Amino acid sequence: MTPDVHPVTLLFASIFTSNILLSNFLGMCSFISISKDYKSSFGLGFAVTIVMTITMVVSWAVLKFVIEPLGIEYLSFIIFIIVIAAIVQMLEMLIDRISPALYLALGIFLPLITVNCAILGAILFMQIRSYDFAQTLTFGIGSGAGWWLAIMLLSAIRKKVDVAPVPAGLKGPGITVITIGFMAMAFIGFSGMLTVQ
Amino acid sequence: MHPLIIGPLVTAGLSSILALVISVTDKIVNDYGEVSVDINGGKKKLAVRGGSHLLGTLATENIFVASACGGRGTCGACKVKVLSDVGPHLPTELPYMNAEEVEANTRLACQVKLKKDIAIEIPESLFNIRKFRTRIESIKDLTYDIKELYLALSDADVAAGGIAFECGQYAQLVAPPYDGIKESTQRAYSMSSSPLDKAHIELLVRLVPGGIVTTWVHTQLKVGDEVEVIGPFGEFGVKDTDALMVCVAGGSGMAPFKSMLNHILETNAYPGKEIWYFFGARSKRDMFYLQQMAELEGKIDRFHFVPALSEPNPEDAWNGPTGLITDVLDTYIKDKMPKGRPMEGYLCGSPGMIDACIKVMSKNGMTQDKIYFDKF
Repeated sequence: MTPDVHPVTLLFASIFTSNILLSNFLGMCSFISISKDYKSSFGLGFAVTIVMTITMVVSWAVLKFVIEPLGIEYLSFIIFIIVIAAIVQMLEMLIDRISPALYLALGIFLPLITVNCAILGAILFMQIRSYDFAQTLTFGIGSGAGWWLAIMLLSAIRKKVDVAPVPAGLKGPGITVITIGFMAMAFIGFSGMLTVQ
Repeated sequence: MHPLIIGPLVTAGLSSILALVISVTDKIVNDYGEVSVDINGGKKKLAVRGGSHLLGTLATENIFVASACGGRGTCGACKVKVLSDVGPHLPTELPYMNAEEVEANTRLACQVKLKKDIAIEIPESLFNIRKFRTRIESIKDLTYDIKELYLALSDADVAAGGIAFECGQYAQLVAPPYDGIKESTQRAYSMSSSPLDKAHIELLVRLVPGGIVTTWVHTQLKVGDEVEVIGPFGEFGVKDTDALMVCVAGGSGMAPFKSMLNHILETNAYPGKEIWYFFGARSKRDMFYLQQMAELEGKIDRFHFVPALSEPNPEDAWNGPTGLITDVLDTYIKDKMPKGRPMEGYLCGSPGMIDACIKVMSKNGMTQDKIYFDKF
């Protein structure tokens, strides 16, 4: 049953109170590896937002018009993954043609996103919480933007941490994971303010 | 319908539809029409289909830019200078470029996609790189694991001028699929023939256990077989200076030096150079060309050949230098070779031997930029 959440509320909820990264810990690998560079973080965050929004909408259509009518929910994982891979592939070609500058900025990140669990995770939330179309759209935009926001925050913090006197054993991923922990705790402060389901 | 049928059917159907959409998008989006490639300021102009990468497109036009990885962007060998604007460097290119190359807009040919007319600059020598059809004229066993292949170029190739190369360059031998090997494979071998003979190519091939091409050469090739060779490639060659030329080789690393020495004998090239050639082998059964080298030593005054065995057998009756070639090299530089003259190192052999030689040479005051080698 479609939850009684206004799409705009959902947009804010998915960015702040239920941030896909800091509340659900999805998409951690690229979050940790790419965040050491500010510019790349921006590019990847942007790419995730675009891909998240588009795949979310397409997956919603596939869910409503193929999976649910045929009663093959048990295959939704496979189908969603195929849909994500195909869309990323097409996006890559289109962006390359339409805007070489944007392609250059996103270039190597697009294939990475195919295996970003945040995308599949958000799509599965959409299925479990049975969002309608408007909710799916804003949830897609919001989850992407939330991921983008989180990685920008982390890379900004890491810039400072890089020049800070960190104990040798904690340098690199160690201190990064601790930092993420603090960020997640800060975001817990938002929890319960808005409901998503 | 039974769910066991619906499931696979829907997954397959959906995949097919998406694949279809992708290939239609690809057809529409990646159609850049015909683009022109201007090489070296109008020396050569190509009209090619756009949409694919420069490296492959040039290869279809028979211009072979060197590439060890086959266009996967992992070797950084296929550098070309691009004169027209093809956008900034890709993150996949930058690890292989230094600041000057970025400044000069040097690019990796395998990463540059042809979308519009382009002007590039490549070394003139690349025009000489061609695919040659050859026939095996002879196969000689030099040692138990090294064969000398003597290839005759086809009449058409000879009529077109044959192979124009400098001594020290290498060629890629193309092994067709055989036995369990499903793909055609190429490996690089230095040419041991003299550059004056443009109608023949001689290669020395040592059997590498498990090697695809060397196994093919050692077990499948017969006299009269037709094989394809692409070349010439490489920058390894004699520098025309008056410095002492210190050459070190092991096994089939003999090849480039045989070519250089025969060339020097024929043309008296590099008259200012004194040549010291150290050749290392384990025991007598790994040693070859001793007589040829002795003859060359007799004919070229400024050439000194030092063969050394690291583990001679008693029956070898060896009275030459013994020990690792690096140790022999060290003693010779210290005690036997002329002192106070600038030296250049020329190395050809296994990566381990090359690294060890570089260490010994650096220790004896030679600088890295004066040590030349091909590692393969």
